[in-house]
Amino acid sequence: MSEFALETRNQLVGLFGIVERNVYLTKRYFLWDVAFMVWTIANTLTIVFIARSIPSITPAEENTAATALLVGGTIWAFLGIIFEFMTETVAWERWEGTIEYTFMAPLSRLVHLFGQGAFAVLYGLIRATILFFAVAAFIGIHTPNANYPAALGLLALASLSFIGVGIMTSVLPLISPEKGAQLGFVAQGIMLVVSGVYYNVDVMPGWMQAISKISPATYALRGCRASIINGAGMQWADVWPLLIIAVLATPIGLAIFKVGERHAKKHGKLKRSG
Amino acid sequence: MSTFAASTTDPASRPDRQAPAVEVRDLRKTFRRKDRSAGRFKRKRPWPALDDVTFTIARGECVAILGQNGSGKSTLVRLLSTLLIDDGGEARIFGHDVVKDASTIRRLVNRVSVEASFFKKMSAAENLSYAARFYGMTPHQTRKGVPEILNRVGFPAERRGEAMENLSRGMQQKVALARALLTSPVLLLLDEPTTGLDPRSKLEVQEFIRQVRAEHDATILLCTHDMAEAEALSDRVGLLDRGRLLFLEPVEDVKRRFGVQTLEEAFFAATGREFEAEPNDDDEYREVFG
Repeated sequence: MSEFALETRNQLVGLFGIVERNVYLTKRYFLWDVAFMVWTIANTLTIVFIARSIPSITPAEENTAATALLVGGTIWAFLGIIFEFMTETVAWERWEGTIEYTFMAPLSRLVHLFGQGAFAVLYGLIRATILFFAVAAFIGIHTPNANYPAALGLLALASLSFIGVGIMTSVLPLISPEKGAQLGFVAQGIMLVVSGVYYNVDVMPGWMQAISKISPATYALRGCRASIINGAGMQWADVWPLLIIAVLATPIGLAIFKVGERHAKKHGKLKRSG
Repeated sequence: MSTFAASTTDPASRPDRQAPAVEVRDLRKTFRRKDRSAGRFKRKRPWPALDDVTFTIARGECVAILGQNGSGKSTLVRLLSTLLIDDGGEARIFGHDVVKDASTIRRLVNRVSVEASFFKKMSAAENLSYAARFYGMTPHQTRKGVPEILNRVGFPAERRGEAMENLSRGMQQKVALARALLTSPVLLLLDEPTTGLDPRSKLEVQEFIRQVRAEHDATILLCTHDMAEAEALSDRVGLLDRGRLLFLEPVEDVKRRFGVQTLEEAFFAATGREFEAEPNDDDEYREVFG
């Protein structure tokens, strides 16, 4: 086997290891996952019920409003999982004490972080699917025109961007062990608020609308709403920004992470706590 | 040493057989610590963790570095593990620079630290499989390799599936040794591997280190503050004091040089201080989490 093939094989085994570890942890914390799932469903219901309280609208308009809110709630939950997994990549390992062993292992940082992102996307998709159909069934939302493959395709494309942005935020706990994770949550909140989670972006002030253009969630939300409510296919207007962000976000995120890792190694921050 | 991971090691990361296992020259590392005496307006001041440290370890040798808490032992291990970047000098492992060739070094080195450091909810077998994946070991390889290595360190088979948090410190440290050996390192860094263990577990771990030495072609750097352990396990003993390596010689040479009977007396002769446990003065920790 050539050196390149051997190294590629080893890295793929390492990527599998990251996903496998998260599967083990999910099994061990299964009841917590169930509890969080119930909490997320309840939280989303509180938002979707708002559609029922809008006065003077027809049942069809109410169904459309409820669906739009549900899509927002579902994508919020999906994104939240990806950001949580990515931002806490370092924080978890530091807390468990394994950070030094992971960072001294011969696994490329791209594979390490991408493995974490890959599991987050899979896990997030499962949760988002359960959430969507549980709330839709509970409220009685009808989506007769929904184009689910197009919505899933957009989410898959957006996931690449989300992982890239997540890699950027995952460096924060490496630079500042205590404040980093907090900053990651702040970044996640800002990204979601400017992306039109429960509203159109044009209701926001101009400066927020400008920021929304660089958020992949803006295009994922707009595209998914169009697919589920109107049955639209993947629209080029949503696809091309997601493609560009996906292509740029991961290398930029990785470059930022490497600078952060070097800083941590220089200042002795790559070590355990707890 | 077991060859579980040998087939997954690429040719570039094979050790240079001509080069010493470890070659450290004028190595320096300085952290910044808060000056507690400065009161409310604390300022950070430089604190040398390693101060022009120079030594060589031959292939197959076991060298013990003695030192009190805060003497720089862990900083040395972390530099050799590619977890720190030095401020000057150089460190090479089998001819590879630890900073420039970090990815190569990572296939050659593994370590056991004072804290076992595992995912606490995962079992011993799961933790070992996870660690082994990073070194290219597939599920097929770990299905055979993990039980074998756990058996070798004397870990009971019926507890392989038990969460790490339910195991004693001694058991956890055995799993840590198994993790380090599973990846077939040619350099094993042991950073206080028996600290905090009960006497029986301590003897078991020491016996296993002897076995590894006797049976395999591994070089061992043992950092400890246990003088008896250093004397019993190593070919040469070094003394690291406040970041400076005062000597690195066979124990008998040390005793002869200072005209003393014990390593404790040698420490006193070399430093003018008693060798006793100092308060935990982990300044790196203070800088990061303080």
